[in-house]
Amino acid sequence: MLAVQQLEAGYGESVILRNVSLKVKPGQVVCLLGRNGVGKTTLMKSIMGLLKARRGAVSYNGQELTKQAPGRRAKSGIGYVPQGREIFGQLTVYENILIGLEAARDKNAKSIPQEAIAKFPVLPTMYARRGGDLSGGQQQQLAFARALASKPEVLLLDEPCEGIQPSIVDDIRDVIRSIKADGKTAILLVEQSLEFVKSVGDYFYVLEKGAVAWEGGLESLTDDVIKKYLTV
Amino acid sequence: MEVFTLQLFNGLSVSSILLLIALGLAITFGLMKVINMAHGELIMIGAYSTYLTQNIFKDVLPPSLFDWYFVLAIPVSFLIAFVFGLILEMSLIRFLYGRPLDSLLATWGVGLVLQQLARSIFGAPNVAVTSPSWLNGGVEVLGAVLPYKRLFIIGLVALCLLAMYFYIYRSLEGRRMRAVMQNRDMAACLGVSTRRVDAMTFAIGSGIAGIAGCALTLLGPIGPSLGTYYIVDAFMVVVLGGVGKLVGTVLGAMGIGIFNTMFEYWTNASLGKVLVFLCIVAFLQWKPMGFVAMRSRSLDS
Repeated sequence: MLAVQQLEAGYGESVILRNVSLKVKPGQVVCLLGRNGVGKTTLMKSIMGLLKARRGAVSYNGQELTKQAPGRRAKSGIGYVPQGREIFGQLTVYENILIGLEAARDKNAKSIPQEAIAKFPVLPTMYARRGGDLSGGQQQQLAFARALASKPEVLLLDEPCEGIQPSIVDDIRDVIRSIKADGKTAILLVEQSLEFVKSVGDYFYVLEKGAVAWEGGLESLTDDVIKKYLTV
Repeated sequence: MEVFTLQLFNGLSVSSILLLIALGLAITFGLMKVINMAHGELIMIGAYSTYLTQNIFKDVLPPSLFDWYFVLAIPVSFLIAFVFGLILEMSLIRFLYGRPLDSLLATWGVGLVLQQLARSIFGAPNVAVTSPSWLNGGVEVLGAVLPYKRLFIIGLVALCLLAMYFYIYRSLEGRRMRAVMQNRDMAACLGVSTRRVDAMTFAIGSGIAGIAGCALTLLGPIGPSLGTYYIVDAFMVVVLGGVGKLVGTVLGAMGIGIFNTMFEYWTNASLGKVLVFLCIVAFLQWKPMGFVAMRSRSLDS
């Protein structure tokens, strides 16, 4: 289980997150909602270790990660699909996925596991192309496959549908659902589309001004809550 | 015909030397963006390593084996420069990533220290390295005599290039290296140990500078300030070629080497050099990124 406790983080002088606590249980799809600029991506970066926590703690399966480098966190089983995808543009598609294997806990893993690419049949046909030459939607699929290559137990997805055509959004929804159905990987999802998160999420957190303003299950995510915290 | 062959060969030979001294820099400056002013001194370290290997062979081993010291000197120079590079990276460079001006000043200082170190150990005068006898003489092609030493250097460069190509583009370590150099944060998030990759990459670039130093002992005596003669040329090759791509460095070295030889033949040594500089300035006005610029969707932002 991934647990964030009373986390405070920010850039330079400014504090973005204050006192954020959340939990992602095994196999669960947890969604992080909130208007622009409330600190959703900052929270993802803090969980991954790209941003140092000023206070509070991030732990995974009881293991304290707050002071650990991103690489150690990845190796303990956290996969990351960042906002903007962050594909290695000069590496081929194949090499991009192989880099994803670095965090695999099975040290003998030398080839890409079938389950990482099974959901993206288009990727193997483009193995030799450079990552930077792919379209946005293809890069998003590549970022998924790269994160799944290490067989993570928790997957952090930061706006996976941003700027992507509807048919690929549907594909990504199917992928998230099938990961959920497998039950091996929990997901922490940041997404703007309410319709999308409602179709996949189990549990929801709403951030406001860098703190958790509301949390609850799918049935309690009512129109009142949406109106209060999410409509602009 | 004879003159033409000789000039062409000279151009190629100069190119190969330029390429050899620039290859290490293509890694430390081209890939890692560290303005490493101590690159010349790493070359000097390689040259003195060859000198030491020669002396050990002379003093300890039977004279019949002396000719083979050079075969051992190449890996020895690589290793010693590699270790120096590793120490330099771990103790200094790693605190200066993303600070080009600071690293320029600091590495320049390191260069001065290393020069003085060499002066203290080996003395200020130049020392001579005896080339192995199997590299004396030459082969006659179309009326022109091509010295074996020059041919050997061309071969050595080709070998280094090939090894670097396989390391960077075909090996696991090379893949990690490219991932880190392109997107450090993302590589770290995927479990690549960026500290290790940085240290290894810098050390390998330094090691190749060592090999260059080893090859330079074939061309003349060596001294503590050997590196200062080559540092400008090395940077020029990498900048002209375009940072980040091996093929650019090769083109840069070929361009400078061949034009330099041609201009020197038509005019004289100093005017030839000036003309080459002018050409480079003009070329960089036209293509500021150098011969081979990296372009892709992900880098355009």
